[in-house]
Amino acid sequence: MLAEDSVLLREGIVGLLGRYGHEVVSAVGDARALIAAVEEHAPDIVVTDVRMPPGFQDEGLHAAVRLRERRPALPVLVLSQYVQRTYAAELLDSGDGSGVGYLLKDRVGQVEEFIEALHHVADGGTVVDPEVVRQLLRRRRDPLEQLTPREREVLALIAEGRSNSAIAAELVVSEAAIGKHIGNILTKLDLPPTAGTHRRVLAVLTYLRA
Amino acid sequence: MHMHPRNVWQAMSRPGFLLSAWPWRSAAYLLTGAVTGAAALVGIVTAAAVGGALAVVLVGLPLLVLVALGGIPVAVVERSRLRLIDRDPVSGRHRVPTAPGLWAWLTTRLREQATWRELGYALLFAGLLWPVDALAVTVALLVPLSLVATPLLLATVGDGHEAKVLKQWTVTTWPTAFGVAVLGLLLLGVCAYALGVTAGARAALARLLIASPEGELGARVVELARSRVRLVDAFEAERRRIERDLHDGAQQRLVALTMAVGLARLDAPPGPLADRLTAAHEEAGKALAELRELIHGIHPRILTDYGLQAAVDDAADRCAVPVDVDLELPGRPARAVESAAYFVVCEALANVAKHSGATRARVSGGHRDGRLFLDVRDDGRGGADASAGSGLTGLADRVSVLDGRLALTSPPGGPTLLHVEFPCELTEAADRSA
Repeated sequence: MLAEDSVLLREGIVGLLGRYGHEVVSAVGDARALIAAVEEHAPDIVVTDVRMPPGFQDEGLHAAVRLRERRPALPVLVLSQYVQRTYAAELLDSGDGSGVGYLLKDRVGQVEEFIEALHHVADGGTVVDPEVVRQLLRRRRDPLEQLTPREREVLALIAEGRSNSAIAAELVVSEAAIGKHIGNILTKLDLPPTAGTHRRVLAVLTYLRA
Repeated sequence: MHMHPRNVWQAMSRPGFLLSAWPWRSAAYLLTGAVTGAAALVGIVTAAAVGGALAVVLVGLPLLVLVALGGIPVAVVERSRLRLIDRDPVSGRHRVPTAPGLWAWLTTRLREQATWRELGYALLFAGLLWPVDALAVTVALLVPLSLVATPLLLATVGDGHEAKVLKQWTVTTWPTAFGVAVLGLLLLGVCAYALGVTAGARAALARLLIASPEGELGARVVELARSRVRLVDAFEAERRRIERDLHDGAQQRLVALTMAVGLARLDAPPGPLADRLTAAHEEAGKALAELRELIHGIHPRILTDYGLQAAVDDAADRCAVPVDVDLELPGRPARAVESAAYFVVCEALANVAKHSGATRARVSGGHRDGRLFLDVRDDGRGGADASAGSGLTGLADRVSVLDGRLALTSPPGGPTLLHVEFPCELTEAADRSA
């Protein structure tokens, strides 16, 4: 399910997804059509642009948030031209924060990473664009102030939707060390020890709202 | 059809003056002048006497200050009275106080010339002008009217035998009585002009002393100010249009390009071609990032979509120096104000990062008494100069178009504080969940 008002990009993304064996059940050009098409096709994942007709404001994002209100389990990947965290935060606040992604449109060009992110979101993961995360990293506010630089680095990678092993590979340390860092992060952010994988999502949310 | 006369002088130069409302307007002007002048005299003398007597025990001093300011209300009444015989817009000479609050108002008023001119006028009015007004209106109305009434007096009080004219001459016959009445009517016409001249001269004096000298320019100034606002609005609209065009055009094409190159990269066999494609892909990515920054600088979408608070938060995020934000707005200001305020904050934060050497900055603001205000302060070395070619000069112009004010205090050694405020009402924030 794809919503993008630029025909050029819409065709391009449909082609790209097809190449990786994904079927686009419906490709639409505005927010209202998106909501209607989701009702009709019940897709596995929705990929949508933020700014779309009729108002060319943030209709796409609002449609995504509304869709998530109705179907909290519907994975949504939002493509955007804006680095601002406010947009990402609004999306992640919808539902329980799992199965959502906020990526800059640039990532579509990095084909393999884009497809990987798509899979991650479809599987219920959370993905936040590295550029947005980088901007967040520059902020030095509570509660993130208590985190060590290394822990912040790890949290940034979690926000990007990486698994423990991927993070370990990226930072060239053992997976056990990463597990320890994550434990510290969750404790410092005062996150409940019960909720399993959702705690990672909650950590990302804390990060975005800080 | 000719235009209505703008003031009593113009009215007198027209043929229909005697039958128009203008003589009566002139009389009303002088009559109300006599009444307000007498009231002003009583007020000023009382306050001065009480204040002077109590000055020994210090309580009287504030009262004397009140006397000094007494010209202000008198001038307000006088300016509104001017409208009886002068349709041209009239405004006072007072400046707007530099800050809200009684103290700022008081110091501004006591320091400006207008206050003292108005006091001078009030004293002149209370001491000299109002008796003149009273005399003029009495003589100009009573003399001719009593002449006109001679036949009536002869018929009633005089029993048809005799009547006194102006308590001076005795009239005994009917023809003389009617002759005097006709004379009275003629005199009434002359006196109407006399009233007009007196009232016109009085109004000219009042205008000279207590009205802004640009009285006639006032209308043009208003029009100029409006056209300036229109220009800024057009400038704003243009920025938004450029932002939209870049977003819908160049940016989308560049994304499509990086996607195409990205796919080509995957298809290319390893070797020099793949390397070139990788390089091209990276370049396209950089172009896209630069374009995004450029578009954000022209007109940030976050300002349109989420408003000033979120946009300032974002600007703070982007600043190289850590910035605390304390901004609470219950609604959204007008677009032009929102965007001017945003760009002032951006420019201030850019200056903090570039020149101040500060380790921390703070943006605070809110909306109070119909004004939106924002403060940007830092703990840097100070010595900033708004006129030294910084982007603030242009922004100050933009702020002033919106009747706002921009103030920079930056003593050497710091800290630097930039204050900006705009008169504006907030509209309800759009319901984001709708």
